[in-house]
Amino acid sequence: MNAFVAILRRDLRLAMRQGADSVMVVAFFIVTTTLFPFGVGPEVNILARIASGVIWVAALLAAMLSLERVFQTDYEDGTLELLTLSPAPLELLVLGKVCAHWLTTGLPLIMAAPIMAVMLNMDQNGFATLMIAMLIGTPALSLIGAIGAALILGARRGGVLVSLLVLPLYIPVLIFGAGAVEAALLGISAQAQLQIMGAILLLSLAAAPFATAHAIRQAVE
Amino acid sequence: MSEFFSMGGYGSYIWASYGIAAISLIVLLITTLRGLGQSRTELDQLETVLKSRRPRRVRPKDQTS
Amino acid sequence: MHRFAKPSVFLKLTGAMMPWMVTLTVILTVVGLYLALFASPVDYQQGSTVRIMYIHVPAAWMGLFCYIGMAACGAMSLIWKHPLADICARATAPIGATFTALTLISGSLWGEPMWGTWWVWDARLTSMLILLFLYLGYIALVNAFDDPERGSKAGSALALVGAINVPIVKFSVDWWNTLHQPASVARMDGPSIDPSMLAPLLIMAFAFTGYYFIVLVLRVRLELNQRRIRALQLSGVFDDRAPTSGDDSNLAYDQGHNAGAGK
Repeated sequence: MNAFVAILRRDLRLAMRQGADSVMVVAFFIVTTTLFPFGVGPEVNILARIASGVIWVAALLAAMLSLERVFQTDYEDGTLELLTLSPAPLELLVLGKVCAHWLTTGLPLIMAAPIMAVMLNMDQNGFATLMIAMLIGTPALSLIGAIGAALILGARRGGVLVSLLVLPLYIPVLIFGAGAVEAALLGISAQAQLQIMGAILLLSLAAAPFATAHAIRQAVE
Repeated sequence: MSEFFSMGGYGSYIWASYGIAAISLIVLLITTLRGLGQSRTELDQLETVLKSRRPRRVRPKDQTS
Repeated sequence: MHRFAKPSVFLKLTGAMMPWMVTLTVILTVVGLYLALFASPVDYQQGSTVRIMYIHVPAAWMGLFCYIGMAACGAMSLIWKHPLADICARATAPIGATFTALTLISGSLWGEPMWGTWWVWDARLTSMLILLFLYLGYIALVNAFDDPERGSKAGSALALVGAINVPIVKFSVDWWNTLHQPASVARMDGPSIDPSMLAPLLIMAFAFTGYYFIVLVLRVRLELNQRRIRALQLSGVFDDRAPTSGDDSNLAYDQGHNAGAGK
């Protein structure tokens, strides 16, 4: 557990010092969402109708944008190799890094989402569900994304590649995330969608660290 | 005969789907066969060079890393 | 060289089977095409377009079958670290992608006369499209490394992750689709299918399977050859110039160039 906390603190400190990461992710999220009114026109009804989907798609893309750097810099300067040699299980260390990724990208996105929902005229009774759905969904995005980020270590054009690998795997989160908000907007209970998202989160929590650690071991071999 | 090719008016769709299937499967097969032939000639060349070299040339050390 | 012991057995075995496989596949294809295009009845609802089914449905089966095969190879490479498993997975991917693309294209060509549209966001069509994306991602990943062995290993891991994900994707797409049911889409699958239609369907499916195994064997051989070429080139024994590290791309180019000029 010590190792987990240590790696979490290290990654958070690195993110704090560099600073720009979280800000860039949120800025990307806001800019992408802003593009939609330009694309589909400023009509309030249409925007309110597509708001939940737009916010989720933009959040997916923003979360994916920062994936490449989760392991890349550590891979390049050799830190990752040392981590695989450490006595602590690599799966735990991976989990620490994923946690740090979520805290620096997922959490800011959750905080930015209601602002964009207001700007897209989403109905008020969907807000709480949107926040809860993102709270469950974004950790799953970080976990699944970490697998992709580990697989592309040492590959050419890793950034584009990771999006091709990870986006199809994100589809379930998108479907149920947007579905939950839509149910809430219709005044139906969103419990079923949220529970399925919880199941997806738990499954990825159980499987993703092992897959990621396996991919990292391959990369530093 | 033309009745057979028109397939009750749907001929273009049916023949297009069969044609695309045939073309793509054959193209995949041909590219595989060509790649295989190329790799074989390349391998033969390398191996003849290797055979002619081996007696009078000691394998240089530390060149793979 | 002990690592090639198993591949050599593979080569010998498949070499002996190859003529039989080719003959069988050709016969199955000819019979299947005859039944599909001439001898099968016309559907009372869909007319002649039902003949597209004999391409569409077997291609869809093969698309899924190839993915399962890739995932199984990925599992084998993970458990037994067998180099041939990686190579098989890698050789399967383009074939599976081709079949999946064929499913989508023939489905569109079937949908246009029957539903009046080239594409609907139907659950099965959408899942097939995602399967194609998974294949493309695998192929891109496998080819993105300078060392093909590393690429194959990463690919095997991805195939396994994808295999866990495919049922979830399928389930969520089904769920999504029932929520947003597109209007007026005729269901294509009746509960029962006439034997006169089942025969060409199954024969075409077997013909496709035969094709898959033939191309798989050829691609595995291609991959083995390429690995051996690479190993020889990297060993640097064949060349007068001592290759410096990181220079092997140049050498590969020269070698390919000479091979072309020598013909």
